[in-house]
Amino acid sequence: MRQILIIGAGPAGMSAAMALAEAGIRPIVIDENTLAGGQGFRQTNPDIDLDADAIYGREYGRYRDLHSRFRSCLDKIDHRSSTLVWAIHDRKAHTFNDKGFSEIAFDGLILAPGATDRLMPLPGWTLPGVFSLGAAQVALKDQGCFIGRRIVFAGSSPLLLLAALQYHKLGARQLCVLDTTPLHHKLRAAPGLLNSGRTFLQGLSYLWALKKRGVPIHNGVELREIEGQDRVTAIRFCDASGTEHRLTCDAVALGYGLRAETQLAELAGADFRFDHRLRQWLPRVDENGRAGDCLYIAGDGAATGGAYAAIASGTLAATALLGELGMSQAGKNGAHLQTQVGKLRRFQHHLATAFRWPHETAQTLPGHTIVCRCENVTADDIRTAATQAFGPVELNRMKAITRCGMGRCQGRFCSAALAEITAAACGKPIDAVGRLRAQAPVKPVPISTTETALR
Amino acid sequence: MTQETETIIIGGGLIGAFTAYFLAREGHPVTVLEKGFVGAQSSGANFGNLRLQGRDPRQYPLSLRAQAIWEAFETIAGESFEYDRTGHLYIARNEKELAKLEHHAEIARQHGLDIEMLATAALTQRFPYLATDTLAATFCGRDATANPRLATPVVMRAALRLGARIVEHCEALSTVYTGSRFEVETAQGRFMSKTLVNAAGAWGGAIAAHFGEPVPVFSAGPPQFVTEPFPHVIRPSMQMVNGSVIFRQIPRGNVIVAGYPRTASEADGNRTFVPPGKTLAGMEALGAIVPLLRDAHVIRVWSGVEGYLPDMRPVIGPSRTQDGLFHAFACCGHGFQIAPGIGAVLGELIRTGQTNTPIDAYDIARFRDQVPDSEKFIQEFDNRAIIPAAR
Repeated sequence: MRQILIIGAGPAGMSAAMALAEAGIRPIVIDENTLAGGQGFRQTNPDIDLDADAIYGREYGRYRDLHSRFRSCLDKIDHRSSTLVWAIHDRKAHTFNDKGFSEIAFDGLILAPGATDRLMPLPGWTLPGVFSLGAAQVALKDQGCFIGRRIVFAGSSPLLLLAALQYHKLGARQLCVLDTTPLHHKLRAAPGLLNSGRTFLQGLSYLWALKKRGVPIHNGVELREIEGQDRVTAIRFCDASGTEHRLTCDAVALGYGLRAETQLAELAGADFRFDHRLRQWLPRVDENGRAGDCLYIAGDGAATGGAYAAIASGTLAATALLGELGMSQAGKNGAHLQTQVGKLRRFQHHLATAFRWPHETAQTLPGHTIVCRCENVTADDIRTAATQAFGPVELNRMKAITRCGMGRCQGRFCSAALAEITAAACGKPIDAVGRLRAQAPVKPVPISTTETALR
Repeated sequence: MTQETETIIIGGGLIGAFTAYFLAREGHPVTVLEKGFVGAQSSGANFGNLRLQGRDPRQYPLSLRAQAIWEAFETIAGESFEYDRTGHLYIARNEKELAKLEHHAEIARQHGLDIEMLATAALTQRFPYLATDTLAATFCGRDATANPRLATPVVMRAALRLGARIVEHCEALSTVYTGSRFEVETAQGRFMSKTLVNAAGAWGGAIAAHFGEPVPVFSAGPPQFVTEPFPHVIRPSMQMVNGSVIFRQIPRGNVIVAGYPRTASEADGNRTFVPPGKTLAGMEALGAIVPLLRDAHVIRVWSGVEGYLPDMRPVIGPSRTQDGLFHAFACCGHGFQIAPGIGAVLGELIRTGQTNTPIDAYDIARFRDQVPDSEKFIQEFDNRAIIPAAR
């Protein structure tokens, strides 16, 4: 029996696992979280009395259905939760959990690592009280708490609206949404978005519900600074007409769309391509998600597509992998699923117009703005390095010289801004400054797993 | 700009940089051709040790000359590469290792170095974070460290200010001697010179072979990793005599760790993967010698592409087949410390034809005969069978 390993138990990994289980194959599914669900369909903490129906709204049915189907398959799936894959080498996944280090050999690999928020720094973004949008949702679904009492959801992403709505439904009242994309961009993207039908309507419904609930939404703002000494006390921004405002708040959730988690794909040997519309490097995959010999990538880790694209692409990857391993005939639904995934990912391209990554902001970012929060590297540190003789004009060199991206998160949170600032400082196109190379460990691992480390 | 110069250096690593610096300082026209970015290969990816203890006995004159340059160079360059006279501690855990330490110390003292021998009690009193199951250690206060990522660009800028020309992204596609001069073809045109320096690191073997003196060079690198930062308590760089772990804490707080065995590079020669098993072995060895580090997190592994030879000695000196050609490559994992010395020596050889620093042990002619694997080579590589053979 050949071993198939799935990394990630979000919608993509879950659906891949279920497709394999149905085909009579028992996959191993490894996930960092304690519960399956990933981010978008994260299970509300069972130890807290949370109204999942309110949080998921119209999505609740699909959320419940995915989880109950997965639970019913659990006897056919080797689900290993709370486990990190910190390295992939030589067709083995190297894992770490509270029992220590281990390794799993595989014949086929499906990566479903998901994505995190893409962030554009601004002065004050490292203050306590500033969260990524995803973290703000984790706080709600997993810890059952709000990130503050007066919360600003800032950046540019449909998820700003979703998160604000989830917060409001659970009782948060002093909320505000600041979206940096002007309204006319959204109108321009509307015809493309309309093609997707359901997903677009869903987005409009968030907007409508927030309006109805009296949550202010400003489009086309320019974020200036998050103020505070020891923690967030206010945010300053210019509205679309150029008037500056100062909004008192005690928490900010930031997000500019999603950034695929690609380190495992790189360690597993995937090639990369620059996606100009999403303005990021993504693993090169075919229409089934195939990235190499018996290597597949599903979900947002291949290209942003959202939970439904993740579910479809997970099934697609599992079916194609079975075919490649000679363990089944080609899937009967293949063409239909490919169409579905393609459509949902194209929708994200239109979304990238409606909710723009404001890359030009990197050029005008005040020099003292911290870009790398792990190593305290400022925008000026990067610009100064770039103008020296033999100064770095490529991201790995920039990291080597300035330490930007060299800390605990290994550039997962600063690399998008680092690339933009470097490109602007060198006068190069964004895809010419390269991308940070991934190395193990994908996330930090302790030197020792004996009691001292675990306590 | 004219592409004709006195000396062309192929390879913009640390050796190329120091050679360019010492030539330019004497007004000698010199051009460095670098296939990628300066200092991006082993010069920038190594551990950063400027260790005098435990070197090959034949290397001390070169090594001491290099150390004096390291000690002065930040002042000369007017820029920091985080040179730090941390001292270095060699730690023995058994009698056999202690005998090795004593042997190293004896040789180092013959070359005028001050080596302290510390028994366990003195060792743990002075470095209370060390495990207590050590036997003894030697300490040399003149040993130092520097940041390899910063060093080569700093030296290159110093050379640039003295008039050297440095061309990045300029791979030497072919190199010939026409009878009167060297001609190097690149995507940026043809470069010509009377003298040529092969400082191409792990890629130096191809140039040597072209001039009829092949050497069994292969590419490899050590497994290295770095921890998250925490308060700066470990001051000297430290090394277990058995090579299981070599580590230092930088002022920023991270602990940088290396260890043997080394790993052969990928077949394309452009990258060395770090097998996770070697990382785990290094982590275990580190936790054993500094128990307080057991809670620290590892945040990244890396290696480099370094040129190695089976006798674990570099090639340094004039070609034995081609007048005007000089080699300085394949430093076998210990090139960082000696690079300034090599630059100074090559500068002298090119300008005057002689040097007072003995480099006979590094003569390329030794490879006319089969060179046996050295004990160091056998100790520091685990899977020698897969090492590709020029061998």
